[in-house]
Amino acid sequence: MAKVKGTIVVDIERCKGCGLCPPACPSDVLSLAREVNAKGYHYAYMANPDACTGCINCALVCPDAVITVYRVKNKVN
Amino acid sequence: MKELKLLKGNEAISEAAIRAGADAYFGYPITPQSEILEYLMAEKPHERTGMVVLQAESEVAAINMVYGGAACGRKILTSSSSPGISLKQEGLSYIAGSELPCLVVNVVRGGPGLGTIQPSQSDYFQATKGGGHGDYRLIVLAPSSVQEMADFVKLGFDLAFKYRNPAMILTDGAIGQMMEKVWLEEQQPRMTEFPEWATTGKKPGKERRIVTSLDLDSAMQEKFNRKLQEKYRKMEENEVRFEEIDCEDAEYLLVAYGTSARICQKSVKIAREKGIKVGLLRPITLFPFPKNKIKEMAGKVKGILSVEMSAGQMVEDIRISVEGKVKVDHFGRMGGIIHSSEEIVTALEQKIIGG
Amino acid sequence: MAEQITNKDIAREENLVFKRTGVLTDKVMHYCPGCGHGTVHRLIAEVIEEMNIQSDCIGVTPVGCSVLMYNYLDVDMQEAAHGRAPALATAIKRLQPDKFVFTYQGDGDLAAIGTAETIHAANRGENFTIFFINNGIYGMTGGQMAPTTLPEMKSSTSPYGRDVKMMGNPLKMTELVAQLPGTYYVTRQAVHTPRDVRKAKKAIRKAFENQKLEKGLSLVEIVSNCNSGWKMTPVQANEWMVENMFPFYPLGDLKVDGEMAK
Repeated sequence: MAKVKGTIVVDIERCKGCGLCPPACPSDVLSLAREVNAKGYHYAYMANPDACTGCINCALVCPDAVITVYRVKNKVN
Repeated sequence: MKELKLLKGNEAISEAAIRAGADAYFGYPITPQSEILEYLMAEKPHERTGMVVLQAESEVAAINMVYGGAACGRKILTSSSSPGISLKQEGLSYIAGSELPCLVVNVVRGGPGLGTIQPSQSDYFQATKGGGHGDYRLIVLAPSSVQEMADFVKLGFDLAFKYRNPAMILTDGAIGQMMEKVWLEEQQPRMTEFPEWATTGKKPGKERRIVTSLDLDSAMQEKFNRKLQEKYRKMEENEVRFEEIDCEDAEYLLVAYGTSARICQKSVKIAREKGIKVGLLRPITLFPFPKNKIKEMAGKVKGILSVEMSAGQMVEDIRISVEGKVKVDHFGRMGGIIHSSEEIVTALEQKIIGG
Repeated sequence: MAEQITNKDIAREENLVFKRTGVLTDKVMHYCPGCGHGTVHRLIAEVIEEMNIQSDCIGVTPVGCSVLMYNYLDVDMQEAAHGRAPALATAIKRLQPDKFVFTYQGDGDLAAIGTAETIHAANRGENFTIFFINNGIYGMTGGQMAPTTLPEMKSSTSPYGRDVKMMGNPLKMTELVAQLPGTYYVTRQAVHTPRDVRKAKKAIRKAFENQKLEKGLSLVEIVSNCNSGWKMTPVQANEWMVENMFPFYPLGDLKVDGEMAK
């Protein structure tokens, strides 16, 4: 069976921590970091990375185009 | 080959624009200049040269169409009369602030407000001092014949592109409406290559072009303003144009432009028949103003009379140029009335010679 | 036995499914966190990239929050005076009919000071595209009442709510424009959910594609948020938008291929 597995890379310094991506994620992967970036924003990060399917929903709603998305079909038994 | 035609001043503007290879005209009807748009529409310049002619929904829209077209590096003109030119001032400020070339024709009528539809020269301040907000100037050309109406279209475009600055033909209802013989230049092709700053689509590997008058960095905005001022000083050095009539032996000087200058030519004759040695200096460029020439004349004559169809606007520039060396006064008619040659001589006698 | 694949293994070029389009510049946008402008900018940039029209595109920016859009989109752009973008675009498109020309305007720009330019460009059937961002407020100047501010909605110049008896009614410009014979495609979209983003992008693409048909103006309204002006978090602002803006400005096509939508 093929299981889709994804990951994202957030451009932390460009993230404004607006908080729109966590609710857009169907797999509850994202959260805002307790730490802040150089601008003082609580940037988005993968709190639950294993659940990411690479569906790109977070990237679609990101107003600052800071999310890059990757996806693989991971063959598991 | 040049061609001789009998045309109204307004029509001469239109025909000269087509022949100068103008790319577009955007305008809105207003008396006494509607013939410019009417002539263009009748001539179908889209068939003659591919020139775009569009009647806009307002003067405001028209001048902003000029902005859009000029920013594409094209030769664009618009025309209007005083109240409409007031509406165009916002756009003109943006055009000057974005360093775009264009040609604006103001066929002046009496004001303020709706005023009258008869000729006037009461938009001199607005034309020569900027007109809209911010520190900028227009190149201002003042024709006094139908021939010059035609000639200054090409000259206006040339200067506008040379300096990347809007140029204005400041004329009035009298010259706009009068018919004269005019030699027209032969058709020039429209441009096929455009300046590097023109928004013609970003070329691969090249920087995109941004046409804007905005800079939120005050230091940069001041630097830009200094650059504009340098440009205006260059115009003052290189582009001053005027005509001298009977100035060599003149004891008194009339200074007048456009329609007033035509009337003053007769006044010079009348005065000379009376034994008064009068000369006429006719500024052709109102900005840059021929201040050095007037300063020089101030050292030779006993008095200067500015003759304008206004309450006295150019006279202020004359006074600045004369630096108090000689008596300067103003004679003007307003509200659409053109002065007679005789009353100009009387004014000279009363205000300057006897005054 | 299958090996556990790590995130690092996945984040490789060959597995890339979404990245920032190159038609956006590297500049960080000045918009408030969560502002819809950034999303719409990105969608326009993505469509330009996908249609391969970057070198044939000329945009016109408005006065308002998006005045500096030319800093973010890597195409030739002109900055218009407040409300005048459709006049500029008229000239640009008529002089360069083979280019893709668009304006990007807010509600104050398009529906107040630029009403005449908008209506007349639409009515002439100018063959360019208008992107209209409606957040019901003047964002840049600090949250004043806009022509699109909802009845009872608070702003800095309607601090007790928009009293329509005193301040007049909100203007549905998109409905007005759809009535005009010069328009070919008029639609209202949003960008607050992934689904809406996908739909909005399709609309933006269609609006650009329409320029090839030379059948008239396309207008894409995006009902968007202004969390700073509305004084909410971005998430709250989107919820408020769904509850309050959408009933008054319903999403969907108003006119498609020159025909009014049913």
